[in-house]
Amino acid sequence: MTAAPVTRTARAAVEVRLEGLSRHYGAVVALDHLDLTLEPGELIALLGPSGCGKTTTLRLLAGLEDADTGRITVAGKDITGVSAAKRDMGMVFQAYSLFPHMTVRQNVAFGLRLRKVGTAERDQRALEMLELVGLAVQADRYPHQLSGGQQQRVALARALAIEPQVLLLDEPLSALDAKVRAQLRDEIRRIQLEVGITTLFVTHDQEEALAIADRVGVMRDGRLEQLAPPTEVYSRPATSFVAEFVGLSNRLAGEVTGGEVTVRGVTLPLVERDVPGGQVVALVRPEAVTLASDAAAESGPLTGTVIAVTFLGATSRVTVDLGDTTVLAQLPTSDAAALSAGSRVTLAIRRDPVLVSAASDPAALAAEAGL
Amino acid sequence: MAAVTSVGETPAPAAASRPRGMHAGRRRRLNAFRYVVFTVFGLFFLLPLLAMVRFSFEGAKLGTWSGAAWKQIASYQGEGVPPLLSSIEITLELAVITSVVMLVLLVPTMIWVRLRVQWLARTMEFLSLLPLTIPAIVLVVGLGPIYNRIQHYSLSALMLFWIYVVLALPYAYRALAAGLGAIDVTTLSEAARSLGASWFTVMVRVIAPNMRQAILNALLLTFALVLGEFTIAFLLLYNNLQVELYSISRNTPNAGVVFSTSSAALAFAFILLLILSYAGRRRRGRG
Amino acid sequence: MSAAATTQTGARPARAGRRPSVPSWVGTVPFLAYVAVFLLWPTGIVVVDSFKNPAGGWAFANITRLGDPLVRGYFIGSFKLCVLSSLFGAVLGAILAYAIASGDPDGPMRRLYLAVSGVLAQFGGVTLAFAFLVLIGPVGLLFHAGWFYSFPWGITVIYTYFQIPLMVLVFLPAIDGVKIQWREASENLGASAWQYWRYVGGPLLMPAFLGGLLLLFANALSAFATIVAWENQIAYIVPQQISTAMTSEVGLSNVNVADLLALGMVIMVAIVMTGYALLQRRAARWLR
Repeated sequence: MTAAPVTRTARAAVEVRLEGLSRHYGAVVALDHLDLTLEPGELIALLGPSGCGKTTTLRLLAGLEDADTGRITVAGKDITGVSAAKRDMGMVFQAYSLFPHMTVRQNVAFGLRLRKVGTAERDQRALEMLELVGLAVQADRYPHQLSGGQQQRVALARALAIEPQVLLLDEPLSALDAKVRAQLRDEIRRIQLEVGITTLFVTHDQEEALAIADRVGVMRDGRLEQLAPPTEVYSRPATSFVAEFVGLSNRLAGEVTGGEVTVRGVTLPLVERDVPGGQVVALVRPEAVTLASDAAAESGPLTGTVIAVTFLGATSRVTVDLGDTTVLAQLPTSDAAALSAGSRVTLAIRRDPVLVSAASDPAALAAEAGL
Repeated sequence: MAAVTSVGETPAPAAASRPRGMHAGRRRRLNAFRYVVFTVFGLFFLLPLLAMVRFSFEGAKLGTWSGAAWKQIASYQGEGVPPLLSSIEITLELAVITSVVMLVLLVPTMIWVRLRVQWLARTMEFLSLLPLTIPAIVLVVGLGPIYNRIQHYSLSALMLFWIYVVLALPYAYRALAAGLGAIDVTTLSEAARSLGASWFTVMVRVIAPNMRQAILNALLLTFALVLGEFTIAFLLLYNNLQVELYSISRNTPNAGVVFSTSSAALAFAFILLLILSYAGRRRRGRG
Repeated sequence: MSAAATTQTGARPARAGRRPSVPSWVGTVPFLAYVAVFLLWPTGIVVVDSFKNPAGGWAFANITRLGDPLVRGYFIGSFKLCVLSSLFGAVLGAILAYAIASGDPDGPMRRLYLAVSGVLAQFGGVTLAFAFLVLIGPVGLLFHAGWFYSFPWGITVIYTYFQIPLMVLVFLPAIDGVKIQWREASENLGASAWQYWRYVGGPLLMPAFLGGLLLLFANALSAFATIVAWENQIAYIVPQQISTAMTSEVGLSNVNVADLLALGMVIMVAIVMTGYALLQRRAARWLR
């Protein structure tokens, strides 16, 4: 990267409050009474499948669309009826948002120009922003001469140039290559922390959300399923939808007694304390499934035959047939090195808290699985 | 980029499958604007046409109504000109021939250029637009001697199709280019070729069916053009529909049949284009 | 997996023993030949002939006839009509195109107005003149407008009638190419509607608009049919002049001067088309 990034003394970060937001398009409910508060300086990532309402939330906050009901408050001021142009927010779109007939510098300076900032100051500020994103060298090029990742960085610089109160990012990395995506993601987070701006980041990629957010909001059908720090969303999912959407899960039959669940001979703690006793389906993470010390035992509830080994680099995913069900285990590659299709193995389950759902109700199960 | 829209083609849908909303105030203003524009332009376009239709129902005395002009179409015989019906016939035949030749000439060439000779695309685009701008007069003056020779052999007005194809180029090219642009020609043809298809099969059975809408567009725009063409036929002393109408009007002013035929021709072209814009539409899956 | 065992897709014969291939551009020969014979050649003939005298010898002096006040008068008249109708057609057509583009892409209005444009762009000739005659002419159904007969107003209105649809057909793709994100991004950055059009929308669409304007101008130049049917003030249009020159009804009956007039028009058109091509390049890059 080029010169040391320049930090402006931005204004103090603000709190953003969304209360009871609803929006529907004809018969389709896009948002259903959403409540969300962003703490000053926080980055919240909204995560979910397409149609879950995350983009709608962002657009309502930006003022590009109107909510049917609800209120939006920024720094204590109600901005629900304020037009998009007056909301003082910076937005980065998924693609195509740079003005093709302007140079990079002109693009970044555009917002300042609208605010009647003088030419010299405008250009200087634009250059500062471009240095912040590492693109000062490209200032006089045109968007079509830049790569996708570079274009998005310019878009970010443009959004920040006006010193907005809130930063909005609408799946900014979705259109980029995997490698560029990872790089840019970290950079966005670094810049956001440096500038200290309250940010809403929308994505359908859970890895992205988990990597950069202070809190992750998992959404489905217009509602927030869970809003919590990434580690909590991952290891203590509030609903089975969250558990299934974020990371992989094994669904194993088990029985709940006395505040714990027994799955294939192993007793595991529960995420929720007060689950009624009985037959359940437990959601076990693949990385919680390991090789037992006496791995090649002959029998037992966790003994079976390897069906396939998928090499993923540092880890490998092993699919094991336990006779009555199939289990996915994620192991360090060194452990899995000796395994191949047909090997007999015995697995062990780590005692991480698991989420369970009632096994007796197939309809509920199906609904929770999103079928 | 296609420079002319074809009837019935719709722009590529926005990335999001769900509808993209708009600020309420802005939507209201936009709708008001559209309402006004469509009404004003609608009136502007409609009035002369309505006048013409109204006049075609005009009876012997001003103010009376009569369907005579319409009934006359089939049997009208002006002074010193062939029957109206024969010129209608010739024009329709011309339209068909022109359309077919135009398609056979353009579609394979455009697909080929798109696939293998991309550097010629700009040139082809330019050449196709040229006829719009070169005065028909020039073509007539230039081709005059040839057509004189042809008339020597009393070949019929159908010989006009050679020039008509050129005249139709700008519109047909644009319509077809829009259709080509909407499909991934390269991938389709590579897939077909890898399965063993000959180039002919690729064009006729793989690409063309996916351009159905665009081909229909081009066909219909060509039709409209031939139905409305006057200058070249007139200067080359042929008798097509428009020339015939003109002759009738010169010899028998206020001949109602002129108006009824014109109205009919216009209505015919318009209905065809409307049908096309609905017929060619691909059945869309959910969102 | 042995490399030798995999065959190249495309069902091409093995490299060794292939006969020399024909260059691909050969496939475009039919089209190019057709255009050359029926478009370029006649134009070329006209250009060359205009520098010849009736006996067949070269007469570059012919070109001075272009300076003839009568001829000049014709060109100027033609010019006025074309400029006016192109301006009106371009501006009004752009407005109509915007109204069409900003609506439902699948909706009835769009289909209707596109069909209307497709038809009316072609029926500029005799039919149209008749219709206006009926509407505003001597037995006018609507009203009898005296100013309509003074050149160039009446004929300008008629020209505009088919210029507008042509502009719609030509300009609509450009408007469709304007990405919605540009509007939203500028809104987000604080631009009002006016500022958006002034700084973003306007500049982006300007090349396409100018291109359309030029195209309309060239189209007007070559529109001739309407004049013949209008039966008034017709001598002030160059194409008509060429026609009379050719049929030697009145005035100049020198075939080569007919060529010359045609040449004058071709020159005007050539300038216009070059300008159009340059503008198209810019527009295509932004609004692909």
